[in-house]
Amino acid sequence: MTPPPAQPLKAMRDTLLFSLYQAMLEDKEVFLVTADFGSPVIDKIRADCPDRFINVGIAEQNLINVSAGLALEGYKVFAYAIAPFITMRCYEQTRVNLALLSEVRPMNVNLIGVGAGYSYVVSGPTHQCYEDLAVMRALPNMHIYSPADQLLAAALPAQCLKNNGPKYLRLDAQVLPLLYGEKLPAIEDGFHSHRDGERVCLLATGYMVHTALAVADHFSAKGIPLGVIDLFDMHGYSEDKIHDILSRYQGVVTMEEGFRGRGGLDALVFDFITRREMDIQMLNIGVDGGYRFDLGSRSDLHEHVGIGTAAVVEKVERWLTRLNKNRS
Amino acid sequence: MKVTQIDKAASERLSLKARWVWRETLKLHKRSQETRVASSLSPVEIFVVLYYGGFLRQNPQNPRWEDRDRCIISKGHGSLCMYPILADLGYFPLSELENICQKGGFLGGIPDPVIPGYETINGSLGHGVGVGAGMALGLKRKGKDQKIYVVTGDGELHEGSNWEAFMFAAQHKLENLVVLVDNNQISMLGPTDEIISHRNLAQKFEAFGWTPREVLDGHSVSAVGNALIECQHDPSGKPKVIIVSTRKGRGVPGLENAPLSHVTAIKPDLIDQLLEEEP
Repeated sequence: MTPPPAQPLKAMRDTLLFSLYQAMLEDKEVFLVTADFGSPVIDKIRADCPDRFINVGIAEQNLINVSAGLALEGYKVFAYAIAPFITMRCYEQTRVNLALLSEVRPMNVNLIGVGAGYSYVVSGPTHQCYEDLAVMRALPNMHIYSPADQLLAAALPAQCLKNNGPKYLRLDAQVLPLLYGEKLPAIEDGFHSHRDGERVCLLATGYMVHTALAVADHFSAKGIPLGVIDLFDMHGYSEDKIHDILSRYQGVVTMEEGFRGRGGLDALVFDFITRREMDIQMLNIGVDGGYRFDLGSRSDLHEHVGIGTAAVVEKVERWLTRLNKNRS
Repeated sequence: MKVTQIDKAASERLSLKARWVWRETLKLHKRSQETRVASSLSPVEIFVVLYYGGFLRQNPQNPRWEDRDRCIISKGHGSLCMYPILADLGYFPLSELENICQKGGFLGGIPDPVIPGYETINGSLGHGVGVGAGMALGLKRKGKDQKIYVVTGDGELHEGSNWEAFMFAAQHKLENLVVLVDNNQISMLGPTDEIISHRNLAQKFEAFGWTPREVLDGHSVSAVGNALIECQHDPSGKPKVIIVSTRKGRGVPGLENAPLSHVTAIKPDLIDQLLEEEP
């Protein structure tokens, strides 16, 4: 892959909202509803599209219900709040008025949650979000986007506007390095294979794609090439294409910034390889040890809970040894 | 301002219809004893007046007609009485009433919008006002004149999501939103006044920026109808609420106003007896 051209680094929230702002200038049927959560781009939206910007206040239940009502009247709605609040504070509203109701009545509601994983580093467990993938995956028709890159995030509003249904857009709150240049991956594929490896592939989502690349660099330096896949659409990814890629590997390592073994990415991949009857071993990397109140950098927190680069390298090394033993 | 009132002929017509709906509701409950009958007998007149009194712009042959007024039945579990109304109006064949809670039918113990005439998912409480407020805002932004009616229970008002929506509707001056509270004053485990009191409910709504009205006899079709007429002519520009005092399990001995009536079934023999006693 050619190195990405120089791009100003921004939080994916800002690039996504700017795309949405441009869409709202063009399409008068698009609404943005926020639960008193802002950004500089939000300020532009409320200045230039005041009739389609609504702040419901700190009231996530009403955020979802009002969004559902607007969508039933034909508007395409983006609802915006901090990730744990927009997914869990109002979960029953989402279940009833988005997931259930959209089975009967077409609607286009897109939940933008900012603050995936530990991205609100010093705010502690209330504002961090390690359960959202699991709880949102539990809704069978909820489309989940989990980008790892600001340019990919910027492409999501257009994708959401084209497709009806409830969707959850899981955004990191921090500015992350670029993964993609001018040429974005095919969004309809739902994933992008960054590197080919030989025996093992790292399959990550969100921030953990960056960790996966760092882990792959480590092993590459030791002459062990690992594959790296960014799964950014956890609902509509191309099963056949990802099957073709994973079929080449003996093992897959899932990497998520969420609780391990609780229904997130690891459950998704387990379901996939079981359903497709794949002969592939699996190692799951996710947050271990439950809730913690540690302070430190994001990388410190990640190492504490077993998802930092060093922790993942150690786990993968041990696992590779076991895979080798089993093979011999 | 002089406001028209429900006239005598309309009142008699609506009363007869309400009596018919009451009987049909009992018959449905006899067919499916799992249905919530007590909370479905308190709002009979509310629904009859809305659907037969000329208040709701509707097209039963095209239930999702764009120009319809929207009626959200938030207390979905307590709307068994809506099944005969919708069938009678032609939303679906009357013969469907025979299939209640049966395989192949669509009339469940708690209604869903697979039933023609139902707008939203109902029965899980505290959702209707917020969704209705979103619809009201959407219609207002489009310059449409349709109204949104939301029927809630009073026990349902314990859900905090309602109060988020009440504040929102007042903030956005959703004058096209009318909430009718079926104020039967009993939830599942007893009188709401002993659980979480709704005392001074009208003042609470007023403090939240709504225009409240109270109907002291919610089983009088003319009282309910006159309150709706007043709402139509209300110049306040605020969302409106009508607090309709009703009796849970109305007209059924042993059930009416019984504290634990919510999940009490009426024995089929008693239903037969009540129907035989009807003129």
